[in-house]
Amino acid sequence: MLRLIASRILQFVLVLWLVATFTFLLIRLIPGDPVDVIVPTRRIPGSVAAERAKEVRRDLGLDKPFVVQYVKYLGNVATGDLGRDYGSGRPVTDTLKTALPVSLQLMLYAQILALTFAIPLGVFTAYRAGTRADRAVNATAFGMLAMPNFVLGLLLAFIVGAELKWLPTSGYSPGWLDPLFSNRTMDLGPHIESMILPAFTLAVGQIAVYMRLLRSDMIATLQENFITMARSKGLSDRRILWRHALRPSSITLLTVAGLNVGTLIGGAVVIEVIFGLGGMGKAIVFALNQKQYVSLQSLILVLAALFVLVNFLVDALYTVVDPRIRRARAA
Amino acid sequence: MPAPPDRPSDSTHADGLGRDVLVERPSEALLASELEGLVVDGELIPVAAIEADPKAHRHKLGVGAWLAIVWMALMVGMAILAPILPVGDPEETISAEEIREQGNCVTVERLGREIEQCNIAARGPFADDGGAPGYLLGGDGNGRSMAARLVYGARTSLFVATGAVLVGFVFGGSLGLIAGYFGGKIDTVLTGMFNVLLSIPAIILALALVSFLAPQSSEGAGVDPPWWRSSSMILIYAIGVVAIPLLGRITRAATLTWSQREFVLAARAQGAKNARIMIREVLPNVLPAMLSITLLGIAVAIVAEGALSILGVGVRPPTPSWGNIIALDRAYLLTGAPHIVLEPATLIFVTVLSLNYLGDVVRARFDVREAGI
Repeated sequence: MLRLIASRILQFVLVLWLVATFTFLLIRLIPGDPVDVIVPTRRIPGSVAAERAKEVRRDLGLDKPFVVQYVKYLGNVATGDLGRDYGSGRPVTDTLKTALPVSLQLMLYAQILALTFAIPLGVFTAYRAGTRADRAVNATAFGMLAMPNFVLGLLLAFIVGAELKWLPTSGYSPGWLDPLFSNRTMDLGPHIESMILPAFTLAVGQIAVYMRLLRSDMIATLQENFITMARSKGLSDRRILWRHALRPSSITLLTVAGLNVGTLIGGAVVIEVIFGLGGMGKAIVFALNQKQYVSLQSLILVLAALFVLVNFLVDALYTVVDPRIRRARAA
Repeated sequence: MPAPPDRPSDSTHADGLGRDVLVERPSEALLASELEGLVVDGELIPVAAIEADPKAHRHKLGVGAWLAIVWMALMVGMAILAPILPVGDPEETISAEEIREQGNCVTVERLGREIEQCNIAARGPFADDGGAPGYLLGGDGNGRSMAARLVYGARTSLFVATGAVLVGFVFGGSLGLIAGYFGGKIDTVLTGMFNVLLSIPAIILALALVSFLAPQSSEGAGVDPPWWRSSSMILIYAIGVVAIPLLGRITRAATLTWSQREFVLAARAQGAKNARIMIREVLPNVLPAMLSITLLGIAVAIVAEGALSILGVGVRPPTPSWGNIIALDRAYLLTGAPHIVLEPATLIFVTVLSLNYLGDVVRARFDVREAGI
């Protein structure tokens, strides 16, 4: 067991290291001299830009050998120094403090919403497999999968926000997670209002994925002997479905819910831009427009690390949830 | 309780990006988590194909499939024939006189001065005034013909999406073939590489690649980059790189099983070289598995281009793509000219739906399951 945990953590660190190496190489991908792109008019001698170009070059460590740059970068990342914006000198960690909780909450709400809708739908369609209702739900899910989240977000903003005026179409109020990161104070009512549309937009695609997955797993479980046994004991269908069949059918769902966090991160970034939430997506777009490549590099690193972390946790969670896996792994 | 239909022991699903993902049964779930991550491999059985009678699928295309084919033919035709279709120039803006003639200008008094305000965008076909004369499908935020932009947008979007999938197909396919055929250390290294690429969220990876590949240095400003560094090509590289590990793993899984077969052994016994066996014996058998996800891949790539446009790294204006038409003028959705967003959105939706549907049909036809066993 201990060895298992150790190897897991080792693997986690290894992937994190590779991801950090990737983001390190990103800035070197810029065609030509990166400093040229970050500070466009450095060629005019004696200008402010020329001075800043020097600063940028020193800060990126571009004046040192490649290996030194790399080791320094890894050291900085390991100690939580993610660089700073040129011009304002604002550390990237400050941006993260306000941006990260917004995205985290959005993803969490979307995930909860998706599971709340998908589990009953999955159980229902598995129970009624092949009927007209099942086919209708499946066809809807198929349609939902073809709906890009940015289109859905724009449509919801248009219909619910602009036409019906039920909910705000942009803006963000801090929720329960923000005070933990920064000194923003919680404002729960407006927070929920501002998050309903984005969270729902993000959830829709996931609902279709989770529902279809649970449905096919559930159909398989319902053919198992222990279900026949339960039925022969005269248990009600409802009890069999929710108490006996759902749990063994939901392990795959757990895996996928974890792995889907990657999709969720990508989706959240886009949806934040559409709904004007000041999260990671907004921060990335801002960094892009301002040519803050150091900031951009760090934001990407954080999102990738988040995904690796979630996968690691889901993996650990399995071992707790399913004893069979624990035994098999130890062996 | 109704008797549920038969199903194989593994299940697949499409994750949010539409890639299909194989999830192993619980007893094998440990495999899925050994940082093989999610087994994105080989077996791709759409839920639809499980229930439907496979024989019916095999011999006759349904109405849905025909509708999808017709739609795709229409879109591809539109994209190819764009320059000779009577839609006009997608980058030409309407002149002020024309707008005035169409009665889209009002004179308002502000601060004691008369100012003429012209609404160039509200000239949608469904505008309140019953559809002002002018462009067939209305104008965009800059007074350009939506019809022309949609047709040329199809050209860009389909070009980028197909190109990206082609990159993934060629590179992912060859790497997967090599990994699966040779196994051992080569396999470990290549699979590890795929896993690292997969450990970065897809959109974020594409965004990272585009944003760091695209910028021009100050020397190059104002000059058009060579064609291989145009924004469309950069998008193809970026989305293509994201597609490499997905196609690579599918190809690898299929290759693993096929290279164990007797005819491969026979070819080897006859003294055939590895390269020949891979290309002549293994590849033709692996191809259906690769091709069957190509259509789905194109759908995903179309959406990815749109998402990247929203993030500001899509195809560079004034060249229109379905994604950047939406991204550029999305503010108009809330300010009286929703047609600018709704028209490309509809095209994207129906195209993705068609491609997903056809992808499922193709998979059912080739019965990719065979390749996985």
